[in-house]
Amino acid sequence: MSDINHHLTDALLMGYSAGTLPEAFSLVVASHISLCDECRARLESFDAVGGAVLEQTAAAPMRDGALSECLGRIANADWAPTRTVAKAVGSDLPEPLTSYVGGDLDVVRWRKIGGGVSQAVLKTSKGATARLLHIPAGQQLPDHGHQGTELTLVLKGAFRDEQDRFAAGDIEVADQTLTHKPVAEEGEDCICLAATDAPLRFSTMLPRLAQPFFRI
Amino acid sequence: MTFDDTNRPSWAGHMKRIRETRDEAAFAEIFAYFAPRVKAFLMKSGADSGLAEDVAQDVLVTLWTKAHMFDASRASVATWIFTIARNRRIDMLRKDRRPEPEDLTWGPEPEPDQADVMALQQDAEALGTAIAELPAKQRELVERAYYGDLSHAEIAAETGLPLGTIKSRIRLALDRLRYVMK
Repeated sequence: MSDINHHLTDALLMGYSAGTLPEAFSLVVASHISLCDECRARLESFDAVGGAVLEQTAAAPMRDGALSECLGRIANADWAPTRTVAKAVGSDLPEPLTSYVGGDLDVVRWRKIGGGVSQAVLKTSKGATARLLHIPAGQQLPDHGHQGTELTLVLKGAFRDEQDRFAAGDIEVADQTLTHKPVAEEGEDCICLAATDAPLRFSTMLPRLAQPFFRI
Repeated sequence: MTFDDTNRPSWAGHMKRIRETRDEAAFAEIFAYFAPRVKAFLMKSGADSGLAEDVAQDVLVTLWTKAHMFDASRASVATWIFTIARNRRIDMLRKDRRPEPEDLTWGPEPEPDQADVMALQQDAEALGTAIAELPAKQRELVERAYYGDLSHAEIAAETGLPLGTIKSRIRLALDRLRYVMK
């Protein structure tokens, strides 16, 4: 995908490279990188920094006999040089997402959360939550602010907020300073992968009361 | 450039020997250099000495069994080992999952172009030198991020990270990717 305009931040790439992001964030980052050459190149550069840090860490001697132990484990290891099989073509979802969904978009079990919007919470470790959002064309999401960081990756369709347009492959990185009213564009329903490390805080009373029921 | 790499072994060449002839002597040299660094890296990340030793061995076993996956035109051996060590650290210390991006669809190109391999290795050397020569405070921040001491929020809030050092490399990485994707 070459027409991506909104990319990952350096902090997210460095956190992902260092391996310190919560799983839900890693899922969004991995999904975006699957679609975006530029961020893939940026990640490779951050990984190269990790390689330099590793190489410059003062060595801690291995115990005696470690090498022969290791060769023994290699001799006993059950392995065969195989490459991973290429994924099925024509999927709507980036590969990292398919194992969380259990297939393609047609198997997602949507739950309505009001205003025509549906969601499907994905199972990830605690620390952050990930979910798919389905927003009908022309529909506005509830106005909300953010306590932590929220990542929104567009998978299908597009949405706009006050400042920008986000289309398939684009990622929005929002923090607590941003309060916005994203609206799905007319013409096509919008499907997003969203992750947040804090519960969303809706401005209107009803969605806030409903939050515990919908796990958002 | 100020460093002298004439006496430096070509780790990419070692990987080739491991991949093609299962060369234990080449493996022994990689082990002697990298295993103690992986162990130290894991101890800096919070593992005790015994666990770090075991995981370091795991990492080197993986280097052998997955030698065919290493692409010397995409990553230096140090970088590749770092990614293996990082993933093992996540599995063992954090017990978390880290979804990986989709693999690029590789063309039928089993042997990378030597010029690309050379360019990548020089690139990695230059980045290593740049990081080694950072002011102590900045270098320490980078190290803490990769030892897993900084959360995403802390990285985002930190203004002292030398991101320019990294950015200068990104253009080259992107050119290489575009070449691979053609």
